[in-house]
Amino acid sequence: MALEVTEKLESIVERYRSGKSSVTGVMQDISQEYGYLPEEVLQEVSRLIEVPISIFYSLATFYSSFRLEPIGKKHICACVGTACHVRGASQVVDTLERDLQIAPGETSKDGNFTLETVNCVGACALGPLVTVNGEYHGKMDQKKITRLVKSIRQEISENR
Amino acid sequence: MKLKPEDIRSIREKSASVSAIRRGEGAAEKKMDLLVCAGTGCVSNHSLKVKSSLIAEIEKHELQNRINVVTTGCNGFCANGPIVVVKPDDIFYQLLTPEDIPQLVEEHFLGGRPVERLMYRPGEGEAPIPKMASIPFFGKQQLIALANRGIVDPERIEEYIALGGYQALVKALTEMSREQVIEEIKTSGLRGRGGAGFPTGKKWEFCKNATVASAEGEAAKYIICNADEGDPGAFMDRSIVESDPYALLEGMLIGAYAIGATHGFIYIRAEYPLALERLTQALEQAREYGLLGEQILGTDFSFDITVSKGAGAFVCGEETSLIASLEGKLPEPRVRPPYPAQSGYMGKPTNINNVETWANVPHIINRGAEWFSSFGTDTSKGTKVFSLVGKVNNTGLVEVPMGITMREIVFEIGGGIPGGKKFKAVQTGGPSGGCIPESLLDTPVDYESLVQAGSIMGSGGMIVMDEDNCMVEVARYFISFTQQESCGKCTPCREGTWHMLNILEDISAGRGQEGDIELLEKMAQHIKETALCGLGNTAPNPVLTTIRYFRDEYEAHIRDKRCPAGVCKALITYSIDPVNCTGCTACAKNCPVACISGERKKTHVIDQDRCIKCGMCYSVCNFDAVRVE
Repeated sequence: MALEVTEKLESIVERYRSGKSSVTGVMQDISQEYGYLPEEVLQEVSRLIEVPISIFYSLATFYSSFRLEPIGKKHICACVGTACHVRGASQVVDTLERDLQIAPGETSKDGNFTLETVNCVGACALGPLVTVNGEYHGKMDQKKITRLVKSIRQEISENR
Repeated sequence: MKLKPEDIRSIREKSASVSAIRRGEGAAEKKMDLLVCAGTGCVSNHSLKVKSSLIAEIEKHELQNRINVVTTGCNGFCANGPIVVVKPDDIFYQLLTPEDIPQLVEEHFLGGRPVERLMYRPGEGEAPIPKMASIPFFGKQQLIALANRGIVDPERIEEYIALGGYQALVKALTEMSREQVIEEIKTSGLRGRGGAGFPTGKKWEFCKNATVASAEGEAAKYIICNADEGDPGAFMDRSIVESDPYALLEGMLIGAYAIGATHGFIYIRAEYPLALERLTQALEQAREYGLLGEQILGTDFSFDITVSKGAGAFVCGEETSLIASLEGKLPEPRVRPPYPAQSGYMGKPTNINNVETWANVPHIINRGAEWFSSFGTDTSKGTKVFSLVGKVNNTGLVEVPMGITMREIVFEIGGGIPGGKKFKAVQTGGPSGGCIPESLLDTPVDYESLVQAGSIMGSGGMIVMDEDNCMVEVARYFISFTQQESCGKCTPCREGTWHMLNILEDISAGRGQEGDIELLEKMAQHIKETALCGLGNTAPNPVLTTIRYFRDEYEAHIRDKRCPAGVCKALITYSIDPVNCTGCTACAKNCPVACISGERKKTHVIDQDRCIKCGMCYSVCNFDAVRVE
């Protein structure tokens, strides 16, 4: 693990050392590379760039886009921005929680789903809106979201 | 190729036909441009498939010499995407699917008969409106910051130049002194479009005149574009960056020249992948053409821009916290003064404006302060971009002259409330703003009038609510948002919003008590007066305005344990009206907890003990038989 980590991290660390990125930037680069912030990577980078690990954790828990756990195969983000909210986003979130049996911020035990709520994805005209691995699904309601989850489950089982 | 001022002119002259077609003046040449909207909204509705289908059909009929397919940024009328606008004729096609394209190409582009079926209709059974400019949604708009929206390919700098781009930069660099540029912006009356409305020219002047107490002299000054659109329910900045990134860059270049900055930052929200991609591409092209970097346009002005991706924190909209975030620190705001104009990024004088403010700048330099200030009111000049969303027919992005009334925006441009429902309120200013009731719909949109109504201009979110929205719940929603986004540095905001949220949750859950309203008002006042930054100072606004205008709803929750809009779960029950119920079984089939019973073609009944009040039966019933009380 250690060697692989070092290779992948070389360019990320280099960008920081040359002043082209900040600690937050380093963490964004790590997230981009691994999908989350693995502890051993943070430890290694902390050592390499001589920034205490506590700084990394304080930033990671402040910003909403960082995660300390790996995400599931399907990353479902339900937009709960105001425009989606007034059109019934909370019902969509409730349905997702019920169908997936996880709360926002959690990943299902089988590692298939991560559910999150996001504050606005900027496509308000299509609200309520859900993104699945970055792909937008607009004008959701309880029935449509149930159908969407079903089709994703089917897709996962077919690809197994 | 590094451009010189004369190159900008010659590119523009050479491509005069492009700009003529786009501006609707090229009918004689028989050439057409099909402008396919590729904003986030339309792309989510598969506009790129529509585009490839258009290209394929056009090639099939060998029309490619005459008809040009162009991808543009957000057209604005997001509710009706995917959208294609045919120029120069200005024919507007909406809600397109790839299957519509063969007919469209054959009838319109081969046969010369525009396809009515794919045009906009104001209502069912009404005649179609072929031309974009005649559609009421576009009619009352006045485009300045969005002047190029939907008519320029945001990935081609040549198109921006063809449509008059970088003319303002040439003018500023070759004909105007730094002082003259600032004077022009001051005279125009442009105020910050991020929300607070501080006069832009003045802000620039403070930064220009700030003395740098370091050996680096004037070199160390920075400008920042705040594109961290954290306001939930708003997408003005996303749209500008996606549809016309060069206008933003040109505005920043002019500002940097006037202020004396050598480096700039664009702090952009990470949730906007498409905007980020277009911006990065625009920066690369600008560098290639010598519009960023050393000796821009052959003058001795040098400037470059770094794009910095936000990591998701609403408080970064506050300028001192944005700066801390850029420096890689925890984005907590700090006490001002010193203002960023004296001590900002890395302790150096720094000027921050938001995307829309920067995008207005080239137009003011081009057409003059007097032209700009001819729009708007005495104290609020020019236009404002709003994202008109929520319970309104024509959702999308609109740019309107300041001084227009809320009623005109919601009912004329927005086309009113869908489904025959009754208007209740319009929310402006996001989590920092307030809800404006029907009685104040004739309030003109300007900085001062909105403050008087208890709201703020904000960055441009405009969310329409109808009779089905509960105002107590809306207040709870906003406070829960600010409470989560509070950085925790100052006690009034950290603890105060938390207590306000608890009280509001109690009221929504039927546990409200006499005196809660007064307590909320008192706490709101304290938080407003004592919080450290703008987030806390404005966080109570949604609560205060809903109490001010919808006190009866609060009282119904507290005294009668009733939610008049039928939203707050603890206070409502779902039941089935035996008169309307046809026994279709749709509700029973869809109920997630199987608590609805009844035989086919007979009245159904909800078991109240097991009902989780999810509202599924209400949304699937086609016979208006499910009641919420």
